[in-house]
Amino acid sequence: MTLALAVAVGVLYGTGTYLLLQRTLTRVVIGLAMMGHGANLLLLLAGGSPGLPPLIGDATRERGALADPLPQAMALTAIVITFGTVAFLLALAYRSWALTDDDEVEDDVEDRRIARAPVVPDVVIEQEEP
Amino acid sequence: MRALVPLPLVLPLVAAALTLVAHGRLRVQRAISLVALTATTAIAVALLALVERDGPAVVTIGGWARGIGIAYVADLLSALFLTVAMATVLCVLAFAVGQLRAVQESRYFHPLYLVLTAGVAGSFLSGDIFHLFVTFEVMLLASYVLLTQSGDDGQVRPAMTYVVVNLLSSTLFLTAVALLYGATGTLDMAALGDRVADLPPAVREALRLLFFLVFGIKAALFPLFFWLPDSYPTAPTSVTAVFAGLLTKVGVYAILRTQTVVFGVGDGSPDGFILVVAGATMLVGVLGAIAQDDVKRILSFHIVSQVGYMVFGIGLGTRAGLAATILFVVHHIPVKTALFLVGGLVEETTGSGALRRVGGLGRRMPAVAALFAPGALSLAGIPPFSGFFPKLALVQAGLAGGQYAIVAVSIVVSLFTLFSMTKIWAGVFWGDPEEPPPLARAREDGPLRPPRLMTAATVGLVAVTLGIAVSAGPLFDLALRAADPLLQAGAGR
Repeated sequence: MTLALAVAVGVLYGTGTYLLLQRTLTRVVIGLAMMGHGANLLLLLAGGSPGLPPLIGDATRERGALADPLPQAMALTAIVITFGTVAFLLALAYRSWALTDDDEVEDDVEDRRIARAPVVPDVVIEQEEP
Repeated sequence: MRALVPLPLVLPLVAAALTLVAHGRLRVQRAISLVALTATTAIAVALLALVERDGPAVVTIGGWARGIGIAYVADLLSALFLTVAMATVLCVLAFAVGQLRAVQESRYFHPLYLVLTAGVAGSFLSGDIFHLFVTFEVMLLASYVLLTQSGDDGQVRPAMTYVVVNLLSSTLFLTAVALLYGATGTLDMAALGDRVADLPPAVREALRLLFFLVFGIKAALFPLFFWLPDSYPTAPTSVTAVFAGLLTKVGVYAILRTQTVVFGVGDGSPDGFILVVAGATMLVGVLGAIAQDDVKRILSFHIVSQVGYMVFGIGLGTRAGLAATILFVVHHIPVKTALFLVGGLVEETTGSGALRRVGGLGRRMPAVAALFAPGALSLAGIPPFSGFFPKLALVQAGLAGGQYAIVAVSIVVSLFTLFSMTKIWAGVFWGDPEEPPPLARAREDGPLRPPRLMTAATVGLVAVTLGIAVSAGPLFDLALRAADPLLQAGAGR
C-alpha cells in the first residue's frame, strides 16, 4: 500500500464528511460523491501492493505473482453504483431547489411541530375561592 | 433444484425489463407483474420445501470456484424469509393494482416494484458480502425512486433525508467490505468465519462494529432510526407497506447473518452491547409511537420498536434466542404490512389517516375493523395471535440466558404497544371525527366501501398471519433448525 494513496483516501473521506455536514444540498451531494471515491480507492488498496502485472490470460501465467483482480472488479461495480446514486441525488437536489427555490436543508418538520405544540395541553386548573 | 436458486432474483428483473417495454400499457404491466411475482412466490415455496428435505443448495454463478465467483446460497433461513417476503410482496401488488388513484400506479411503478423485489430476494440468497452490497443497492435505488415518485414538496424533503442517510450507510458498507477484504482476502461468507477468527481481536471487533453500524442504519436501530418515521409515511400506502414489511427486515437479516456466521456472536454467550441497543430501540420506538397522532406515523415508529425485539434475540446469542428472532421476523413481515394496508384502506375511503379527522369507522366499515384487530393484537403480543409466540420464545430465551433486565423492558414495551394500538382503534374505529374527513363521501353517514381488490389483498395477508399463528409450533421447530448453521459457525472457535 503506497502512502500517497492512503493519504488520498484519508483526505477524500475527511473532505467528504466535512461537506456532508453542511446545510446546502449541493455540498452534501459532492461530499457523498467524494466519500464514494474514497471507498473505491480503498477497495483498490485492499487488493495488495501495487506494481504487479494485471491478469491477462496466459501471458501472466509465466510471470508468477499478479495483481488481485477481484477488488478491481468490485471497484468497477461500485463506481457504476456510485455514479447512478449520485446522478439520482443530483436530480433530487435540483427538484428540491425547483420546489423551494432554495438549496438549504430546512429544519425537521417533526421538530418544528413539537416546538410549536403547547407544553401542557389546555388544562384549566380551577382555583377555589378563598 | 439448484437451477431454482437464482430464479427469485432473475425472474423479477426480467419482468421489470418487460414492464419497461410495455411502458404505458397498464394492463399488460399488471399482468406481467402478477404472473412474475406469483411464479417467484411459487419458486420460493418450492425452494423452502426442497431445502427442508435435502439441506442447503449452493450455486456459484458462471461455474467459478467458490470464493471467486458469486455464490447464491439457499439454506433454511434464507428460504424461509424469502417465502414470507415474496408472499407479502404479491399481496401488496394486488393491493396496489386495486388502488384506484392513478398516482399510485404510474407508468414506472411496476418496473420499480419488481426491481425492489429482486433486490430483496437477492439479499436473502446472497452468499457473498460484496454481492450483498450490490443487491442492497438494487433494492435501495428502487426504493429511492418509489419514495419520490410524485415529486411534490411533501415527498422530496423527507425523501432527501432517506436517500442521504442510506447513501452514507452504503458508503460505509463499501468501506467495511474493502477493509474486510484487505484483512482476510475473501468475501465469501462460508470462508469468512474461520479467517475472521484468526484476526487480531481489535481488528475483528472494529470490523464487527462497522458492519453492525452499517446494517443498524438500514434496520433502523437506536440511535440510527430517525430517518425512518420521517420518510416512510410520505409515500403511497402500497409503497410504505412493502418498505415497512421488508426493507428494515433485510437489514435485520444481514445483521443476523454477518454477526453470527462471520463474527461468531452465536456462541451461546450474550452480547451486552447488542442487548443494550436492542432495549433502547424497543423503548424509544414505542415511546415515539405513543406521541404520534396519525395512523401511518404510529405504525412507522412501531417498526423501530419491533426491530429492537429482533435484535434482542440476536444479542442473546443462544440457539433459542436466534430461533425466536427468526420466528419474530417471519411473523412481523406480514403483520406489519397488513396493518399498513388497513391504514391504506382507511385513507382510501376517508382521505386521511390523521386520528382527528377519522372516527366511527368500526360502524361504517366493520370489515376493515375486523382486519385491523388481529394485526394490532398480534403486534402487542396477545395470545391467540401470531405475535404472541415469538415474544414468548424471546422471553423464555432471555430468562434461560439470565438476561432479566431486557426481558422486563420487552414486556413493558409490549404493554405500551397495546396502548398505542388502542389509540388507533379508539381514534379510527370508535367515536366521531373531531374535524371532517377530507373526502366528501366520508362526511355523509352510512357504510363506506373500500375497493374490493384492496380489501381482498388485505384479507389475504391477514390470513397469512393467522396461518402463522396456527402453525407457530412447527414453524418454531423450523426456526430452530434454521438457526443451527448460524451456531455451528460460532461454535467452531
